[in-house]
Amino acid sequence: MVGYYNTLREKVQNDRGTALVLFGLAILLLDLIFKLITGETRSQIVATYLWDGLVIGLAIGLAGVGLSLTYSILKFANFAHGDMITAGGFSGWVAVFAVMGVGRFDMKNLLLVGAGNPINVTELGISVSTTPIAILFGLVVAIIGTVLLTLLIDRFVFRPMRHHNDGIALLIASIGVSLALRYGLAFIFKTQNRGLTAASLTASYSVPVGTGSVQIDLGEITLVLVAVVLMVCVHMFLQYSTLGKAMRAMADNRDLALITGIPTEKVVRATWIIGGALTGAAGFLITLERGTISFQFGWILLLLIFAAVIIGGIGSVYGAIAGGIVIGFTSTVSLIWIPADLANVAVFSVMVLVLLYKPEGLFKGVTTA
Amino acid sequence: MKFDIEMLLKSDARIVASTFVGISLLFIIVAMILGLDFNGTVNTIQRIMFLSAVYAMVVLALNLQWGYAGMFNIGVAGFMLSGVYTMAIITGDPNGIIPGLGLPIPIGIIGGVLVASLLGLLISIPTLKLKADYLAIVTIGFAEIIRYAANALTFKTFSIAGVEMGTGAGRGIHLPMNPIRNLYYTDPSNLGLGKTVFGQYVFGFFEIIQVQSSVVVSWTYAIVLIFVVGLFYLIIYRIGNSPFGRVLKAIREDEIVANALGKNTDIYKMKVFAIGCGLMGLAGILWQGSYGYTNPTTFQPILTFYIFIALIIGGSGSNTGSIIGGVVFASLLFEGPNFIRRVIMHVFKFDKAPNSIIEAIIPISSFDLGPFVAYSLANISSLRVVFLGLVLVYIIQNRPEGLLGYRKELAASIDISRRPGAEVKRGKRHE
Repeated sequence: MVGYYNTLREKVQNDRGTALVLFGLAILLLDLIFKLITGETRSQIVATYLWDGLVIGLAIGLAGVGLSLTYSILKFANFAHGDMITAGGFSGWVAVFAVMGVGRFDMKNLLLVGAGNPINVTELGISVSTTPIAILFGLVVAIIGTVLLTLLIDRFVFRPMRHHNDGIALLIASIGVSLALRYGLAFIFKTQNRGLTAASLTASYSVPVGTGSVQIDLGEITLVLVAVVLMVCVHMFLQYSTLGKAMRAMADNRDLALITGIPTEKVVRATWIIGGALTGAAGFLITLERGTISFQFGWILLLLIFAAVIIGGIGSVYGAIAGGIVIGFTSTVSLIWIPADLANVAVFSVMVLVLLYKPEGLFKGVTTA
Repeated sequence: MKFDIEMLLKSDARIVASTFVGISLLFIIVAMILGLDFNGTVNTIQRIMFLSAVYAMVVLALNLQWGYAGMFNIGVAGFMLSGVYTMAIITGDPNGIIPGLGLPIPIGIIGGVLVASLLGLLISIPTLKLKADYLAIVTIGFAEIIRYAANALTFKTFSIAGVEMGTGAGRGIHLPMNPIRNLYYTDPSNLGLGKTVFGQYVFGFFEIIQVQSSVVVSWTYAIVLIFVVGLFYLIIYRIGNSPFGRVLKAIREDEIVANALGKNTDIYKMKVFAIGCGLMGLAGILWQGSYGYTNPTTFQPILTFYIFIALIIGGSGSNTGSIIGGVVFASLLFEGPNFIRRVIMHVFKFDKAPNSIIEAIIPISSFDLGPFVAYSLANISSLRVVFLGLVLVYIIQNRPEGLLGYRKELAASIDISRRPGAEVKRGKRHE
């Protein structure tokens, strides 16, 4: 017991930042328990915040795995990642709309997700509950579309710059890609926000909590399930397949990987393919859960995704997920103490603090695992 | 050596002046095609000059941080916002809808610059040891924190020590009346009350050549801004060529070496970050000050990217390049597409633009490009940003040194990468 106490004390002394964070969290937790006991905050609200936070967190985490992979293996912060998410979302919904509306609506309009003339989504009747096959089809198209797009971008933008080995030049190029991609989507799909699914058709369950209940709908459940399955798959791939091991080797030490005979260009392509697939899936699932899409939803998410990836530690798949969940919880549970319009301020403050005091992330030492 | 600097300033002044004249001539031709009258032409040139001067200022400030010290700050919009909002709060009417402190404009400007540079200092201290890409994410995160805070209803009005003030949230906040009007009008808030003696003479003269008084006032403001650009240039030129500036350049090239030579690089970086952010705040104040109103939407991250594109075009590391980059970006890349649209719409008559891109593309199969061009022109604001993004990618791939980046000031007092004999022919290489 004394030995345990001593190691704990040593740890705290070595890592004051973490100790301070834990101390702060403990105070907040005590305050929350106090609020629950006095009835100032109802358990139903806390449960809703936790569920919403989990959904947002997994969505951000799933979108973050792709970013984390490219960040650790290609060594640059890809600012175009958010717009690749948007592109994934749009490519998936073009497919779903075309399949569901063929014969009933104008095809030109369906292919643009209603850019010219808004489509009545209730009449179109897309939902996870009633048309799961179409949704699955959309997911597959979103994945394929985003993979092709990332490979195209890599071919023309990032590959010619590979020899520079300059993270900032690549970052600036990715800002250029981000602008071109986002406003290219705006040029094709117009700038208005629009509905996608028929909300009334989506099955919704209420789970009793305390005196009230939490609403959970099938869109959210789909997102959580697919996100977890995809993340486990990525983990298995990185841990056990030869290509996955090569990717981790390259993330650890690029030069060493090169002289060991790892085909780096092939590994880079695999990184883009896997990253792109996850990004496309994330874009489609996030829009499915929200039921709306706009040309800059991915860009708005990007900073949150960066926050998640950094909090979790760049290069770590589980770190990205954990970071995503931290971000998700921060953005919802913080509402107990602060007004809703400051939720993003809280999230970005957490990110800046982590960058300043623990830039290696909360899961340091774990690279691409 | 002194002779060299004079020569250089002369040649640089010539480059800048010819850019200004060239751009002006170009827009005079555009105005002629559009069939604008003399007043309209003069006003068009004024708008271009104003925006060019604003971009030149911010780009110069960014060049001090990135071009000299190599600090990759992508929170420019946030520092501009903090300067503008501080100024607005200090000068706001205490009895207005959004109350302010009611202090005079000069105090507001000084306060805005101080707050922007203090925030810069505050951000720089903990970020000194971070990698460049982490600094980028911290600064953009910080800029977004400030923007969300300015947008939040919570701070629409608040009080510090019993004094009421506020940000006005998403609706924005009023800025003081443009003080240039005091030159011309006896009462700037009520133009009908009469003109000053100076105003009577100047307006009288311009009436003869049919230029409206409002255009004269805007032109005066634009000229003041161009003068301030010169001031920015001098400040940054002096900083860059002082012993302080030499250390900055050394940090950019290799911070460890600068450290090993006994320079406390942290202090240098903090100072230069604070100065740069203060100048960004000032540029923001002078820019938004002309509109009499500002809101958080103006300061989205894309503003920072515009400024970066301008700096990269001009050539990071060169002050003259920064000015050229600002002018070229503001006039050709930012305002240019709108004028292209107007010229094309004026010269060719198009049918109404099709509603969607597919309706615009289908006629191409029968060699009718009209609908597609009409659609592109109707959506030129999106197309413009696509083009900007492609320009950025092209430059960073093919000409990362920009237009004048070859003039980047070296850290060493002589160019040690060249043989002494070869140096004479390229005297301009170092300033």
